[in-house]
Amino acid sequence: MDIFSGLIQGFSVALTPMNLAMCFLGCFLGTVVGVLPGLGPPATIAMLLPLTFKMDPTGAMIMLAGIYYGAKYGGSTTSILMNVPGETSSVATCLEGYQMARKGRAGAALGISAIASFVAGTIGTVALMLVAPPLAKLTLAFSAPEYFALMVLGLTMVVLLAGDSLTKALLSMMVGLWIASMGTDIFTATSRFTFGQTEMLGGIDFVIVAIGIFAVGEVMANMEPSKPIDMLPIPKGLKNLMPTWQDLKDCRFAFINGSVVGFLVGILPGAGATISSFLSYGIEKSVSKHPEKFGTGVIEGVAAPEGANNADTAGALVPLLTLGIPGSGTTAILLAALVLWGFKPGPLFIEESPALFWGLVASMYIGNVVLLILNLPLVAVFAQLLKMPGYAMYPLILGVSIVGIYTTDSSIFQLGLLVGFGLVGYAMRKLDFPTAPLVLGLVLGDAMEKALRQSLMMSQGHLSILFRPIPAILLLLAAFLLIVPLIKKFNSVRVQVIDQEA
Amino acid sequence: MNSFTRKGDFWAGLALAALGVYIISQALGWTYMAEEGPGAGFFPLWYGMVMIVLSLLLVAGTVLKHDPTAKRKEVRWAEMRRAMTCWAAFAVCVAVIKYVGFMIAFGLLTWFIVAIMFKRPQRVALAYAIGGALGFYALFSWGLELQLPIGTLFQ
Repeated sequence: MDIFSGLIQGFSVALTPMNLAMCFLGCFLGTVVGVLPGLGPPATIAMLLPLTFKMDPTGAMIMLAGIYYGAKYGGSTTSILMNVPGETSSVATCLEGYQMARKGRAGAALGISAIASFVAGTIGTVALMLVAPPLAKLTLAFSAPEYFALMVLGLTMVVLLAGDSLTKALLSMMVGLWIASMGTDIFTATSRFTFGQTEMLGGIDFVIVAIGIFAVGEVMANMEPSKPIDMLPIPKGLKNLMPTWQDLKDCRFAFINGSVVGFLVGILPGAGATISSFLSYGIEKSVSKHPEKFGTGVIEGVAAPEGANNADTAGALVPLLTLGIPGSGTTAILLAALVLWGFKPGPLFIEESPALFWGLVASMYIGNVVLLILNLPLVAVFAQLLKMPGYAMYPLILGVSIVGIYTTDSSIFQLGLLVGFGLVGYAMRKLDFPTAPLVLGLVLGDAMEKALRQSLMMSQGHLSILFRPIPAILLLLAAFLLIVPLIKKFNSVRVQVIDQEA
Repeated sequence: MNSFTRKGDFWAGLALAALGVYIISQALGWTYMAEEGPGAGFFPLWYGMVMIVLSLLLVAGTVLKHDPTAKRKEVRWAEMRRAMTCWAAFAVCVAVIKYVGFMIAFGLLTWFIVAIMFKRPQRVALAYAIGGALGFYALFSWGLELQLPIGTLFQ
């Protein structure tokens, strides 16, 4: 199927009343969670995932994806008005957006943020549509060793970019692999790490871990005392939210910069929207005719990162849908969702499930229009959500978490696991252990072990099979990525010792 | 007490090292390599070993490295009290669901969070507790036709 006919099929799927409603609902919920600091897309998608099991998978995927990219739109609101990023990907927006708001240009900052998000989100979707099908064809020749090496590389990149401490990120991933090993071994039917519990024979459901770590852990972290932050006023009326022609002219390069950087960085596992937004901000500053003004409220400094964090979403869907390799906690949950609904993301996904793939792509075009409409005139309404007290929100999150888990299995035992993983999620936040490697280790652990064991079966136990050209290159790249920071660290320790001696 | 024992990383490293030892001890009881290929113990044995090495590195790093931000990284129990209280309330809610069902357990959890943790007036707490429980029933049981947990006391 060529791209044009695929897109026509996609729009015929996405434009059905039910799927349009799901797209709108996803975008709306995404904007809400983007606006609310402390409630992110991974927690929301994880909480809602069990509720989608009875739904049509295409509509459910359209909704969950809408939450994913919709949150990027909403995340800028608090960055601009409160200097508090709604999402980590909106941190770079604080730098110029808040300064603009302090100078009385909050409307223009919010407006350009929505427009940049729309432009980059749309360009990112075009790129997804053009890149994903040929990439999927290219990877059709991959077998178990190549997949194992690809998953190792994907996990390595996530670990590398997950936090300050490489050791903690690796440990987090190991715990994810351990949880993935729990249950009955599919090759030998051996029970592993079940602690004598029959409920554990099927392993631990991914949804329990995701909701526990992201939703319950997040609520616990938000319970800690914090200082209230003042919000700057939003100008009333759509006219006051629209940037001037000069603003739009100034942001021409920023739109392109954000779109290209965001999409390309999004494809890389682990890199994520935060890196892409800072990278595009840095590029914007370096090519600017007035770099000295950056930090004082320059509109290009809002447009570039906001564009990048939206284009990143489309980029992140490329490895997810064509290789079955997620690059972040949120895409890991989306991968789990697809698997739970009975799909197999990978090279054959587009061919086997064209309605879902093209329906999703088409819904992203529609979603970006919906988000522009939602975020320009209604930004003041969404900002009111920031006045919602914690005591109204936290019980709701905990309640939805309980219902979400209970509806998957009707098991109180699983709810007990949810309580346990909530504590794990909180402990990880307190101890600065990144959560993304754990979730990715859990999602990929099973497939990774399967690919490794299949590879070794193919070679009758010889590791030489992993040194075929493609896996060898991927594994060498992974090893290189892990060694480089160690050398850098070694070097910094050496310099520190020399300094102390001096 | 030495300063490193007040750091969370030290205890986290020890706990993860113990987990690594447990994983290896279990994996050694399973087949490592059979004629047809790797057995159930193959993969866990390797990541268990990596886990031990990494956790000991974390412990060693905490003990040996001079960290100027060490004070900031110490566990602050006072800050954690509210979070742990919330978690305990959530755990109790889940524990009593089996007996009293979701509606009552969730209502009690909401009342506890609003009235005790956020110190709001009783009428506000009760309104949130009853309204929230009824809202969940309306949305999930009526709207989405999903089964909410029912307590044994009401069966």
